[in-house]
Amino acid sequence: MAKVVERPKLKWWEQLYLPALLSGMRVTLGHLIRNLSGKTKVTMQYPEEKWDEHLPEHYRGAPALVTDEQDRERCVACQLCEFICPPRAITIKPEEIPSDDKWAKVEKRPKAFDIDMIRCIYCGLCEEVCPEQAIFLRKDYAITGTSRAEMVHDKERLYEIGGKRDGLVNKWNELK
Amino acid sequence: MDWQIIIAAAIKVVVFVFLTTLPLVAMSVWAERRVSAAMQDRVGPNRVGPFGLLQAVADGIKFLLKEDFTPDHVRKGYFWLAPALTMVPALLTCAVLPFGSQLFGEKMVIADLDVGPLFVFAIASLTVYGIVLAGWSSNSKYPFLGGIRATSQMISYEISLGLSVVPLVMIYGELNLGNIVMQQAQNGWALLPLWGEGLSVKGFLLAIPLFISFIIFTVSMFAETNRLPFDLPECETELVAGYHTEYSSMKFALFFLGEYAAMIIGSGLAVTLFFGGWSLPFGWLTPESADAEVPLWVGAVHIGTFFAKVIAFILFFIVVRWTLPRFRYDQLMRLGWVFFFEIALFNVVLTALLLWGLA
Repeated sequence: MAKVVERPKLKWWEQLYLPALLSGMRVTLGHLIRNLSGKTKVTMQYPEEKWDEHLPEHYRGAPALVTDEQDRERCVACQLCEFICPPRAITIKPEEIPSDDKWAKVEKRPKAFDIDMIRCIYCGLCEEVCPEQAIFLRKDYAITGTSRAEMVHDKERLYEIGGKRDGLVNKWNELK
Repeated sequence: MDWQIIIAAAIKVVVFVFLTTLPLVAMSVWAERRVSAAMQDRVGPNRVGPFGLLQAVADGIKFLLKEDFTPDHVRKGYFWLAPALTMVPALLTCAVLPFGSQLFGEKMVIADLDVGPLFVFAIASLTVYGIVLAGWSSNSKYPFLGGIRATSQMISYEISLGLSVVPLVMIYGELNLGNIVMQQAQNGWALLPLWGEGLSVKGFLLAIPLFISFIIFTVSMFAETNRLPFDLPECETELVAGYHTEYSSMKFALFFLGEYAAMIIGSGLAVTLFFGGWSLPFGWLTPESADAEVPLWVGAVHIGTFFAKVIAFILFFIVVRWTLPRFRYDQLMRLGWVFFFEIALFNVVLTALLLWGLA
């Protein structure tokens, strides 16, 4: 069934177009005046003003590795994060911890741990899957570089971003 | 003596056209972006220089450094000619605009022609060739459609533009823009007859057709300069970018500058015809006659007044652009041919009757 849409009958002053023009100008000029008198909340001036202190606790920024309170690297190179990473941004080369090492009973640690930040989609699955609470998504979001190689975060850089984190996971702790 | 005239004219050309109008073009691009941003609750360009004032310089450098790409399928000669043809006529019309009274005993107008408005219309109508050539020589469908639209639109609105000035010419009995301004300075602006001889029943009655003229003139000016309620030649939602789709780099910039230059000249003409050009309101600081000596500072004040009025008019252009949606093409043609053409004709008759009755 055809539906007939009735066109509104315009009054003669509405057909003049000029009243519509004036009411339109009232809207735009109102915005103009409110903006110029500083009453409108406008765009944040990004490099000077930053959002950082308003970032929520659950913000997912760059992933990073952390050490525990004894400065031991928490990562045991189980490679679960490497396997779950949807864009395959993580590459881990594990190595055995030599028997004379203080942490010899941990057995494994990463020799190299690379995260390609061009591939990373900040999904946080690595953090979820990690059994050792070794990888966390931090609040760094402005990851830039001038080359592809620069955009790959190696182990050193990851620990630099991550820093130290106190907390649970005392499974391998000598003090236990 | 001849040499003096030539040198004076050359100085006026350089100062008025190259050192004032072109920077004004750049500034109006900046103003357009800042005002539109403020109206849309944004910030706008504010990085280059104080308040982003040097944005135009950055844009210019960008345009110059970009690759000047000429597609393979275009007619090269016409393709190269078109941008110049839009820019040059717009600047040529500067010649007859009186932008001040006198400075050092020189009349502040480049060419003191006795056919001012006619000259402006004749030269300004040449800009349509630039757009048509651009649309046609690009040899691609969207520029072609844009070119067709521009042609019919500009030809249609030229009629009402020309007819809307006729009442003004009838009332002042002059085609010399300098003398028109002088009459307005002494006897009240066309739209503000509140001093001199204008402050009479005759003045008020004659302001009615002048007001109708002003509305027709302004709207036609928007159509002529392809500004927003009438920017169908380049409406990006339908035609990509209209007639300049195939252009890049400085050739595109020339179209852009030509459009803004036309806008400035249009504002200048509207100010000259309807708002008393360089004159201050209520006959303040008005010289006794066209040949009377004008002190240096008064001349400077007059020049400042002219540009203040032009800038106010440009701001009006900008506000209208960011307020009104685009017309449909048949609405545009109807407005031009059915309404404005008739109203302008009727207005001429009304003025004639008023002048006859009041004589």
